[in-house]
Order: sequence, then structure tokens, then C-alpha cells
Amino acid sequence: MYKKRSFRLCSMAQLGFLLIFSGLLLTASQVSAVALDREARRITYAMSSEPPDLNTTTSTDQVSHMVLDHVMEGLLTYDSENNLAPGVAERWKLREDGATFWLRKGLRWSDGRPLLAKDFVFAWRKVLEPATASEYAFILFPLVNAQAINEGKLPIEALGIKAVDDYTLEVRFAKPCPYFLGLTAFSTLFPINEAFYNSRNGRYAADAGDLLYNGPFKMTEWVHGASLKMEKNPHYWNREAIWLNEVDVPYITDDGNARLNLLRDNHIALANNLGEQVLGGALQQRMQIKSFLDGGMFYLEFNHRPDRVTRNRNLRKAIQAVFSAEDYVYKVLGTPGTYPAYTLFPRWIKGEKQMFKREHPPRKPEINLEKARAYLVAAKKELGLEKFPPLSLLADDGSGGNRTAEFMQTLLKQTLDLDVKVDVQIFKQRLAKMTTGDFDMVLSGWGPDYDDPLTYGDLFMSVNLNNRGRYSSDTYDHWVSVAQSTVDVKQRMQAFGKLQDILFEDVVIIPMYERGKVYVQHPKLKRVIRRAVGGDPNFNYAVIKE
Amino acid sequence: MTAFILKRLLSGVITIWFIATATFVGMHAVPGNPLLNAKAASPEVQKNLQARYGLDKPVTTQYVIFLNNMLHGEFGISFTQKNRRVNDIIAEHFPVSATLGVLALVIAAAGGIIWGAVTALYRDKWPDATIMLFVVVAVSVPSFVFAMLGQLGILKLNELLGFSLLPVAGWGSFGHMLVPALVLGLGTMAYLTRLMRSSMLEVTSADFIRTARAKGVSTLRIFFKHQLRNAILPVVTVLGPAIAAITTGGFVVELVFAIPGLGRYFVQAVQQLDYTVIMGTTVFYGAFLVIMVLAVDIVYGFIDPRIRVGKSGG
Repeated sequence: MYKKRSFRLCSMAQLGFLLIFSGLLLTASQVSAVALDREARRITYAMSSEPPDLNTTTSTDQVSHMVLDHVMEGLLTYDSENNLAPGVAERWKLREDGATFWLRKGLRWSDGRPLLAKDFVFAWRKVLEPATASEYAFILFPLVNAQAINEGKLPIEALGIKAVDDYTLEVRFAKPCPYFLGLTAFSTLFPINEAFYNSRNGRYAADAGDLLYNGPFKMTEWVHGASLKMEKNPHYWNREAIWLNEVDVPYITDDGNARLNLLRDNHIALANNLGEQVLGGALQQRMQIKSFLDGGMFYLEFNHRPDRVTRNRNLRKAIQAVFSAEDYVYKVLGTPGTYPAYTLFPRWIKGEKQMFKREHPPRKPEINLEKARAYLVAAKKELGLEKFPPLSLLADDGSGGNRTAEFMQTLLKQTLDLDVKVDVQIFKQRLAKMTTGDFDMVLSGWGPDYDDPLTYGDLFMSVNLNNRGRYSSDTYDHWVSVAQSTVDVKQRMQAFGKLQDILFEDVVIIPMYERGKVYVQHPKLKRVIRRAVGGDPNFNYAVIKE
Repeated sequence: MTAFILKRLLSGVITIWFIATATFVGMHAVPGNPLLNAKAASPEVQKNLQARYGLDKPVTTQYVIFLNNMLHGEFGISFTQKNRRVNDIIAEHFPVSATLGVLALVIAAAGGIIWGAVTALYRDKWPDATIMLFVVVAVSVPSFVFAMLGQLGILKLNELLGFSLLPVAGWGSFGHMLVPALVLGLGTMAYLTRLMRSSMLEVTSADFIRTARAKGVSTLRIFFKHQLRNAILPVVTVLGPAIAAITTGGFVVELVFAIPGLGRYFVQAVQQLDYTVIMGTTVFYGAFLVIMVLAVDIVYGFIDPRIRVGKSGG
């Protein structure tokens, strides 16, 4: 009797649970987002984080730039082939002492007000105003008085920019700036309407309604940290070329696995930035994995300060002669789409007539243990050392950083009997230590800021603040200044070739790899543009195939 | 009673002040500069940035300003999300975490009580052994494993059915909450199951149950009227802290299921040294915990006068 009763009781509980559960399932079945909707011309996408800052004057990160490149446009822009093309400006003239841009007539902001030359004047001045504290202010430094204004030494009105009339913009350079056109397509140089900016009382770009748009899309919804929506901008001048009506971003997660699962369940059209842990699963699913080079160049950077043993060139040469980028990339890193690197300049950089790497092929270091040991002996002699003190190797605490540091540690111990002390730090602390020079070697990297090899080349100029190893060479500085101010393409490319040679000969750094970003894309989604510079990915010209 | 509540309130305020101060000191002691970015900024830009966030003032002044703002319930603007007030971040994302947490708690409490009762009824028989095995697993396996398994489970289920029964991730409908809440509540459910089981067993062997049985009261009636009612008391008492733990502990679940809760801001802020968000979320969570514990204490005081007397007497 007792047993029977309790059994009934138990099944009652189970029944209750079942009822609740099926009720939940019923409400749950109203699932919204679909990866692609050809009828509505809508695609769905997941971002890895909320855009931290959509104010173009201060924004520095890729996620914000990705959104901005859809909803805003500069004087020039990128076309469906990812080439520079007319944007707000329909034509221009670049001179050694400046540039003139002729704006399209009848352009409108998303609320209908006219877009005029003065909107650029306001925006660029705002970037350089000291109170803005823009980290990308340096991009405008080629302009007359820009740096002095940014340092608070001159009023913002002194800037070399002028709206001659509503549709003509005149820019004056302090020195020739052959790469200026590429800069105008970068979000820092996008226009801002002054009256609107001031009307937001410091909340400009804080919400979807606190921005004016002039790009192919406009943001119609932005729930912070949760979702955003971009819809076609009816005021955009080239609206006929835009096929999509809507880019919907209902998911924000930093978890690559979650993004891949969303794609597998047909909820998003592109799963971007997948980590290596995720890749195994994707490969098993026989998904078509794609990759593209995102411009990230990674290398071992030496500390060239006079109190460090790594200032010795022979020591650096010894390390160069034992490190094989190929072995490292294929045996240790093993990320698909990532290439071994032998130079600071990515393989997709264009040269004078063909690719830069064809015109100026980088030199591969010869892996030779005998020579390496000879270099080391010479280094000891020059430094007056019996034995090398342990070298500190600074690294990031990310998954790759640890592994790479351990690989270097083992390599240098086994080949050169050098002791390496690995110093793993969180990102901000690694930067702090790099800035103060608290390292012998550091696993470091660089991503491009603008569309020109100079964004890489000037990195090891003695006055560059990002040159954290404080490498200093007059010859290097000379070739950088040639590349900065020469208008002739051939001469410029030769200058970059020289820089590449110095980096190798002087072993300023040891290049390690060129990063490939791995992603999976819905097979029906076409014409998505991947970019190393600025916002990525770009759906402006995307279409859904039948 | 009023004196008791006032006393508890005062100690609550002191606790929150202590949390705020300890976090402030700890945060400034952590190496690294919050305004440092991958790209180096010129000394001028750095100076301007520091002035913008008030970091150019001495730490003691910063502390006084912070305390003053905290008294007015203002935590400033996020360092990384440049246009957002910390108050807005909390106001927008805590309700999400709370909703998920409450659902998780309902599942945990319901599950814990039912499974606990079942294991006690079937003591040392196979249902007991099976459930207790699951309990051990649920207690010892970390939540990110369950989160990933849960998501994979939904995916497989949808693939099997050929349509999306449940969303893999995201937020908005009830379906979005179901599996994340289950995953989030699993640990607590396991804990409550064990608690419920032991307290049920204790009650079952009590004299009044035997008396009831001897009187010929039906098993069902004994179960609901006597066993469950008495056994559930200790379970209720742990619910207060459990609410706080669940609503604040969902970081991994929020990440995996792309849920816009407060948890990820809490964790990311620490990673990115976002001073204002660290302070805001820590103080907020601290206050929330303090209030929860206080609420339990007050309810306790009503239920069991001995506690009240003991406190005010001591």
C-alpha cells in the first residue's frame, strides 16, 4: 500500500514537471532570427562585443569601426571590389601642399538636413581639440598646424582645412602626404553635423537616436549590450547599389563556440573570428572554413635600451639564426590561414606595379646552429660576459601567448643554452611593462591604422611612441621620412624596401607570423568584404543568392 | 524588532562602505594603467584622457570624490564604453540577470524539493542512487561545461527535429531563458536536493510521523501535511543567499548564451581595468547581497523569535 502510493506520488511529480516543460517548449518555439531572408533582404549577424564608442572622433576599436563603416561615409570610400572610390566627394585633386575635394550636391544626413563641406571642418577640428583626447588625432597630423593644435599650442581655427563654399573643401598639408586619400575613407575623418552634435549635450553617439547617418545604412535600434539593427538609408546617394535592406545583430557574445552554434542552427549568416578550439568542431562538421589576413603582424621585439643585453646585435643575430618561423607556425601555432612571416609588411601590400613582396622579397633567415653559436660567442665577448643572465620574455596571458613563450624558452635553452624567464601578464600590464621597458624580449604585434605601408614602416622610427624597444637608427629614420614625404610611388616603395632590409640586418625584431582570421559563412551569402584596415566585416554590397 | 532592524541596517551600511573601500584600494593596487591602449598615446593625449576621467588628481582626492558620488548614487561614465553611465549599465543589464536568476531559482527550488523528497522516499533504492549520482555530478562539474553541453544539446535537438524548437542563444522570449536558467540553477538544485533529502530523512524518523502513521493517516497526507512541510524549512532558509548567488553568478552562462546580463560587464570590467564599472558593479552587487542577507534575517526574526531575542540580548 505504502509503496504504491508513493509511486503514484512520484509519477505525479514527474507529470507536473512534464506539463511545465511542454508549456515552456510551446512558448519557446516562437524563435525569431533567421540567418538569411531573401524576401526581406535581411541578414543576421552576431558581434563579439557591443560597439564601445560610435563617436568617430574618439572611436579606436574594430567593432565600432565595423558599425561605422556601414552607417557613415567619408570623402572617399571603398567600393564593392574593396578599392578606394568616390564617396561624399565626387572628385578631388591631391597636390604636394594639400588637396581639394569637390562634394556631391544634394547630399543629406539621415534626418534630411544637407551634408556640407563645413561638416568635415567641424569633425576634423573636433578630433584635434585637446579636450576630445582622441587617440587617433595623430592621423590628421599631416595637416598644417594639426600637431600644435592637438598639443594645445594653437587654437583649432588654425587648422589647415577650409570650406571654400558649401561643396568645396580645401586641405593644406604641412608636408607632402601621398597616402592622404586612403585616410579620408577612415572613420576618424568622417563628417559630423555641428548643430546636431551640440544639441546632444555631450551624449552624441550614445544611442541610435544620438547620431546622424550618411552611409548606406542607418542604425534604427540599439539595445546596449544586447542587439542592434541597421536599415537601408533612403538618403544615401548610392542607394541603388545597396541590395540589402537590413543587417540585424540580435546577438552579442565573445564566445566563438556560441557563434559557431548560432550559424549551425541557421541563426546567423557569418560566424566570425573563430578560435582554434572551435575549429576542430567546425572541421568535423565538414563546414567550409574560410580565412583572411586581418593585417595583424606578430613578432619577437627586442629591448634596445642601453642597459639591456639585447642591445647587442650579435645576440639578436644568434636568436634569429635558430628561430624558424615555418616550424613555429606549422608545428606550434597550427591555426589555419596563418602564415609564417619574414618581414613587418603583410603579403597583401601593393607595391609600385605588383605586390610589394614581389618587388621587394623579404629575406629569410638561414637557420644555422654553428653560426648562431659563433654569434653568441662574439656577443659574450662584446658585452664582457662569462655567461648570459636569464633573458626575460614578456608575453600576454591569452591562449597563444603562453604557448609561444614556452616554445621560445625551450628553443633558446636547447640550441643556445640561453635561460629565458617567461613573464606572462594581462594585456594592460604587458603594455605598461612594454612602455617602461621592463623586458628583454616581448611577444608583440601590430595592426594597421590606415591603408598604407607607412602604418607598419614608421613603427620603429626613433620618435614613435609605439617603438617600445626604443630602437634608434638614423638610417631607419631617414628612410621613414622619405616614405612619409615622397610622392613618387617607386621611390616610396624603395624606401619601404630599405626599411625591410634594416629590420632584417639589424634584427630589430624577429618576425613570426601573419595572422589569419578564421570564419564560416553561409554559402548563399555573397560579396561580403573582409578588410585589414578599418571596419570588418563589411556587408554594404552583400547579396543573398538564390 | 525595530532596534534589531536598525542595528542590522547600520552594519549593512558599514559592510557596503568596507566593500567599496577595499575594492577601490585593490583596484588602484592592480598593476597596469586603465587608459593604456594597444596604440601608444602621446603625453598630451594621455594628459587629456586623465583629466577627462579625473585620474590626474591624487588618489586620496579621487577616493573622496568617489565616496561623495556614491552617496548620491552616481558612479560616473565607463572607461571602455565611452558614452555610457555606469548607472545605465546596471539599470539596463541587471534586470536581465535578475530575470534569468529568478527563473533559475524557481527551477532549482522546485527541482531540489521534488528530487530531495523522492530520494528520501526511495532511500537506498535505485531512484535514490540514480538521483544522488546526478547530484554529485551537478555539484562538481563547473557551469561552463553544462552551458556548452546545454547549447550543443539544443543544437542537436533542433537538427533532429528539422526546425528550431529552442533558440541556441540570444535573449527576448521565454524560450531563450529556459536552458540557460536550467544550467544556471543546476548547482543550486543539486545542493537543495541534498539538503532536502537529509532533512526529509530526519523528519521521517521523527515521533510525530510514526504517531500519524499509527493513527492510520494516509501516506499522501503524511507526506504533504507533515513530512514536506517540516522538511522544507531549512531549505527556505538557504534561499536568500542562493538568490544573490544565482543572480550574480551567471557570467559564463551569459557569455555562452549571448545573454545581455550584468555578469559579463562585471568580469570584463576587471579584465579591462574599467575603474568606474568595477566600482559600480561591485558596490551594487555588494549592496544586493547585504540586502538579501538582511531580508533573510528579518524574515527569520519573524519566524523564529529565538533569533531576535538572541541578537538583541547579545
